[in-house]
Amino acid sequence: MKIAGFLLLVAGWLLVVAALVLLHRSGPRALFTLAGVAVELLALGLVFRAHRIRRGGPL
Amino acid sequence: MSPVASQTGLAFALFSILLVPFTIAGLALINTGLVRSRNAAHVMMSSLCIVSVAAGAYFVCGFAFQGFAGGPSYTVRLGGTEWNWLADRPLFWRGLDWNGSPAALAAWMQMLAVALAAAIPLGAAAERWRLSAMCASSAILAGWIYPFFAHWAWGGGWLAELGVNYGLGHGFVDAGGSSTIQALGGLTALSMAWILGPRRGKYTHDGMPTAIPGHNAVFVLLGCLLAWVGWVGLNAAGAILLSGIDPRRVGLVAVNTTLAAGAAASAAAVVTNVRFGRPDASLSANGWVGGLAAGSAACAFVPPAAAILIGLVAGIAIPLAIENLELRLGIDDPGGAISVHAVGGCWGILAVGLFGRFPAPVLNTADALAGRGTLGDEGQWLAQLIGLATLLGLVLPLVYGVNWLLNRLVPQRVALEGERQGLDLHELGAGAYPEFLTHTDEFLQR
Repeated sequence: MKIAGFLLLVAGWLLVVAALVLLHRSGPRALFTLAGVAVELLALGLVFRAHRIRRGGPL
Repeated sequence: MSPVASQTGLAFALFSILLVPFTIAGLALINTGLVRSRNAAHVMMSSLCIVSVAAGAYFVCGFAFQGFAGGPSYTVRLGGTEWNWLADRPLFWRGLDWNGSPAALAAWMQMLAVALAAAIPLGAAAERWRLSAMCASSAILAGWIYPFFAHWAWGGGWLAELGVNYGLGHGFVDAGGSSTIQALGGLTALSMAWILGPRRGKYTHDGMPTAIPGHNAVFVLLGCLLAWVGWVGLNAAGAILLSGIDPRRVGLVAVNTTLAAGAAASAAAVVTNVRFGRPDASLSANGWVGGLAAGSAACAFVPPAAAILIGLVAGIAIPLAIENLELRLGIDDPGGAISVHAVGGCWGILAVGLFGRFPAPVLNTADALAGRGTLGDEGQWLAQLIGLATLLGLVLPLVYGVNWLLNRLVPQRVALEGERQGLDLHELGAGAYPEFLTHTDEFLQR
């Protein structure tokens, strides 16, 4: 789960870069950037969760 | 003549840089005060080692990778646009003009900034991080990871050029280092806290955290005052050398820095008073430093009222973040470095997009802008968000991956016996307070 979380973090960033390169209108570009950041936040939650479980179970 | 190249600008920058070491000294004192007495000398010694190693690594290759806006760089063509991703300067600072040029002053300032960034993770990893592994980790941060992101943000890289290339405001803007120094250092602190795990005795078998108070609140509060002096210098030097503000605006930088810190400390004191019945000194100190971290990026581009607002939000968020990291997420961060620098820094990045008003193009984009019209403030928030996304989505996995690999090669955590004994005796052979008794009762499992 930890590795998946970190890969998802990178995927979120790639989504942000793709929005920048591929989209030219400001509305869709902002929307896709926000989506990329949302993916990163989800991934961050996953990594936090993975480390919490690895430490010895949920608190 | 651009403001930064004027004699006044260079004189202001020179004086400001002279103040920056106070930031590192303040942070070292804060970290020392927040650990137990048996680890005090180790933390101070670690701070010295980190500064030494980081400065050396930055001298060898860091500045070569980071460069200076307008200098030679590597680019890659992506979607019809040139992406400037790495500086192309000689190693060992060769080719720098030592006659008071802006590039030379920026290199000196950056050497201190990278030392500060490298010292931040110590706050989260204190009391269990081996000195040798810490030096190796700091060298990697200062020589490779920091320069990459700092080039993108400060060296005329692709983040700085988001305004010129994609019409996003003035591109990614960070006058004093909320992203390059604070958020980067804070995310490294988070990685280290994950890799090292909590201190022995921090959590009970059923996962409840126990309080391990620091040994000297006076050190912590004195450190805050020292850090404030240094931070004014850091923000002023960064705003002049890296954002190209008119030196006459330095007064605004100093006022905003102070107001952000004061508002954050006050807000943290109120929050802790409401939650615990009295203001907590160490959490208020964390709020103070968090306000400094959050206010750095926007210090030259917002009115004082906005600086107060930035500080207030930081001061409310930081004590809550510290509490939640410890209680809900199981992260042991003795110095509060993750909340102060990562949370404070990330908020500071976004605050530029929300409150920033720019009287002129920032230095990073001024060269690229030549002959291409002017930049508006529209889309600035998106440029800031992309910078934040890069920190979270690229820099955090990179920092974690590199330190995880390093941990496989050189174990970063001290042995159990060392933790029990205290790192002063275990690693240095002498304690900070030899006349004190060592108490071992906090190592009993609860």
